[in-house]
Amino acid sequence: MTGQGAATREVLRLEGITRAFGPVRANDGIDFALAEGEIVALLGENGAGKTTLMNILFGHYAADAGRVTVFGRPLPPGRPGAALAAGVGMVHQHFTLADHLTVAENIVLGTVSLWRPGLGLAAAAARIATLARDFGLAVDPAARVGGLSVGERQRVEILKALYRDARILILDEPTAVLTPQESEALFATLRRMVARGLSIIFISHKLKEVLAVADRVVVLRQGRVAGAMATAGTDRARLAELMVGAALPEARIAPAAAPGPAILRLAAVSTAPAGAGPGLAGVDLVLRAGTITAIAGVSGNGQAALAALVAGLARPRAGRLVLDGAEPASWGPRQALAAGIGRIPEDRHREGAVADFDLVENAILERYPALTRAGLLSWRAARRWAGRIIAAYDVRTPSAALPARLLSGGNLQKLILGRVLEAGPRIILACQPSRGLDVGATAFVHGRLVAARDGGAAVLLVSEDLDEILGLADAVHVMSRGRLSPAFRRGQASAADLGLWMSGEAFAEEPHAA
Amino acid sequence: MAEILDILASATFWAAVIRIATPLVLATLGELVCERAGVLNLGIEGIMVAGAFAGWFAVWSGAGLWGGVATAFATGMAFGLLHALLVVPLGLSQHVVGLGVTLLATAAASYTYRLALPQVTSPPRIAPFEPLALPGLADLPLIGPVLMVQTPLTWAAFATAAAVALVLARTPLGLALRAAGENPAAVEAQGLSVTGLRIGAVMAGSGLMAVGGAFLTLSAFNAFFFEMVNGRGWIAIALVVFGAWAPGRAVLGALLFAAFDALQIRLQQTALGAALPYQIFLMAPFLLSILALVVMSRRAAVPAALMVPYRRGER
Repeated sequence: MTGQGAATREVLRLEGITRAFGPVRANDGIDFALAEGEIVALLGENGAGKTTLMNILFGHYAADAGRVTVFGRPLPPGRPGAALAAGVGMVHQHFTLADHLTVAENIVLGTVSLWRPGLGLAAAAARIATLARDFGLAVDPAARVGGLSVGERQRVEILKALYRDARILILDEPTAVLTPQESEALFATLRRMVARGLSIIFISHKLKEVLAVADRVVVLRQGRVAGAMATAGTDRARLAELMVGAALPEARIAPAAAPGPAILRLAAVSTAPAGAGPGLAGVDLVLRAGTITAIAGVSGNGQAALAALVAGLARPRAGRLVLDGAEPASWGPRQALAAGIGRIPEDRHREGAVADFDLVENAILERYPALTRAGLLSWRAARRWAGRIIAAYDVRTPSAALPARLLSGGNLQKLILGRVLEAGPRIILACQPSRGLDVGATAFVHGRLVAARDGGAAVLLVSEDLDEILGLADAVHVMSRGRLSPAFRRGQASAADLGLWMSGEAFAEEPHAA
Repeated sequence: MAEILDILASATFWAAVIRIATPLVLATLGELVCERAGVLNLGIEGIMVAGAFAGWFAVWSGAGLWGGVATAFATGMAFGLLHALLVVPLGLSQHVVGLGVTLLATAAASYTYRLALPQVTSPPRIAPFEPLALPGLADLPLIGPVLMVQTPLTWAAFATAAAVALVLARTPLGLALRAAGENPAAVEAQGLSVTGLRIGAVMAGSGLMAVGGAFLTLSAFNAFFFEMVNGRGWIAIALVVFGAWAPGRAVLGALLFAAFDALQIRLQQTALGAALPYQIFLMAPFLLSILALVVMSRRAAVPAALMVPYRRGER
C-alpha cells in the first residue's frame, strides 16, 4: 500500500483536541495527522475517546479546545455541513439512515439545494450505480433502507460519502456489525479507495483487523494519545499493551468439568416472529448446569425470538418448554426471574439500562423488591448494592450518581453483568455480551461467564463472533432462519463447518431440519 | 334509506361536502407538514381560532379579503414560531406546549376582539368571498353545479394539497423535511440543520392551519364567533393519522368526514330527524370518524422520529 513517504501530502491535522462530557474527559489534548492515500487506524479501548474525537472532526460536537485543519484550512467547529464541504465523510457506527426512505433518497439528501424544484433521482441513481461498481459496493438505489441488511446499510453509508466526493473517510467500528466475509469485502473496498488517493481513518478495537488493513496506528487511552507507529513495525502484543496500559495475560479457558443436569429444555418449539427477525421453527435445545451453550449465526435469524422466549418475554406457539423436568403452568418475565434466569440483553443501551437513571438506579432495576424496608425503597441498601457491583466488576466511573448514558459501552456492560451475576442466576442468557467491547473488557466478561459456569450455572451465549463462540462454548448450535442446527461439542466443528450452517446450506441436506 | 339516497343524489349536498371539507383540508395539511418533520402541533385548534379572528379582523379593518388571508397566514406562522422555538431547540414536551399554544392563541383572539370592539352586541359582518366558477369546470355535466358555487379559498385549499404532495414527494426540500421526521441524525450527518427544517415546517404548517380557520370567517360565514372552530383542529389531527401521513389520503379523509357532517345536517330535517334527538346526528360524524380511524390507522406509517426531540452532541 502507499506508505508513509515524505512526498505524501498532509490532508488533515487535529491539534490539542479536548472535550469533556460532564465529569468525564473524553478527549484530552489529542494531536493527530493524516496523509493522502493512507489508512490510519485509531485504536483504543471503549471509552478511550475514539468516537468522540471523530465526532468532533465531523462537527457533531464542538471541541472545548483545539483546532482542526483540513487540506490546510481551519475547519469551523460544530458544523457537519462544513466538514462535508471540506471533503470529510463519516460512516457512523450507528448508521444515520432514514429507514422509510430509499437508498438514493438517503444519499441525495442534503447534496442539492433545498430550493431546487426537483430531486433528480434518476441521474443520482445512475451515479450511485457507477460508484457502487467502481468501489465494489453493490446495493440497489431504489430499495428502501428499512429492508436492507446491516452490511448493505453500511455500503449505503459509504456511498453517501463517496457521492459527495469525500477525500477523507472516517469509519467508526465498521466491522462490528459484519460477518467475516463482509469484513473482507469492506477491506477490499478501502484498498480501492486509497489507491485512488482517498485517505481513511479506521476506528477499531480489533488488533487483528488494524494490523491487516492500516498503514499506521494511533493508539488512544483514556482520552490521550498513548502511541503512534507504522503497522509494519509493531505487533499485537505491543498494541494491546499500549491500548490497555499493561500487558494482557493470555486467557486460556478450560472446558466444563462435566455437564450437569438439564435445567431448561426446548422440544420442537416454535414462536411468533420477534423484532425484525423470524420466530423459532421447531427448535430443540437443552441447557445444562455447568455448561456454556452457544448459538452462532448472523443476527436476525431468530436469535431475538430465542432470547425473548428464554427471558419469558414470549411464549411457545407450539412445542414444549420444560423447566426442571416440568412444564411451567404459565411463562412470563416474572416466572423467568423466579426460575433464576439472568439476562444480559443484546442492546445494552436500550434494553439493559435506563439511560437517564444513575448507576445506582440501574443496578437495582431487577432487584428493588429485595431492597425495600416496610414497602419503601432503602436507598442506603441500594447504594451499597451498586457500590459492590461497581467495585467487583471494575465499572470505571467518577461516581455512582452518573447517568447511565454517560458511561461507555464497556463499563455499562460490566455494570449489567454485575447486576445479573451478583443475583446468583441458575441460567444466564448472554446476548452478544462482548459486542463493541475492547480486549480488556471482553476478557473480563468472558472470565466472569466461565466462572459462573464453573459455579454451576447454565450459560446460553448468543453471539455473532465465531472466535468468541469457539473459545467459550462447551456446545454450539447454529441458528438460521429460525431453525437450530444439532449441537456440536467443543472441538467438533470448525469455523468453516459452522459457516456452512450459518448460510443455511447445511440445513437443506439434513433430515433434521424442520 | 330512500331519504339518504335522495340526499346523496343532490348537487347541493356535494357542494356542501366540499365547502365543509375546505377548512379541514387546510388544517390537516398544516398538521401533516409539521408531523412529517417530526413535530406534533397541538396548537392547531387555537391557531385556527387565531387565524379565523385575524383574517376577519384584517378584512373588517379594510385590508381586503386576500389581505385577510395573508394576515391569517402570518398570524399562524407567528404562533407556529412560538411552538417551534419551545419544542425544537429547547426540546420541551410537544403535548404540553401544543395545548399551551392552543389556550394562548384562543385567549389572544378573544382578548383582541374585546379590546377592539368593546361595545358590540352582534358580531360585525364583512363581505365574504364570492363563489368563483372556474371557466370550463363549471360547465361540466353533473359536477358543474357542485363546483360553480365554491369560493377561491376552496380552490386554493385543494391546490395547496396538490402542492404539498408534490413538494414532499419530489423536491429536495420535501425529502429533507421527511428525513427530519424519520431520522434527524441522518439529516444532520448530511450537513443540514434539523432545527432549521423543523422550525420552518412548523411555521409553514401553522400558517396553513390559520388559513383553514380564516376560511370560516372569510368564506363560510361573514363574521367571527368565539366557538366557530369547534374542534376542527382536533379532527385534523385525527385525519393526519387516518391519511397515514400522506397528503392525498388525508384530503380523502377530510372529504369523508365532511360528507358525514353534511349528511347528518340533512338527516335532521327528515322523518328520522324528528324521531331521534338531534345530538345523535351531531355525534355521528365523530363516531364514524373514530371507526374509520380504527380501520385505517392499523397500517399507518408513523414518522419514526415524531415527537422525539433532537439534541445535538448527545449520547
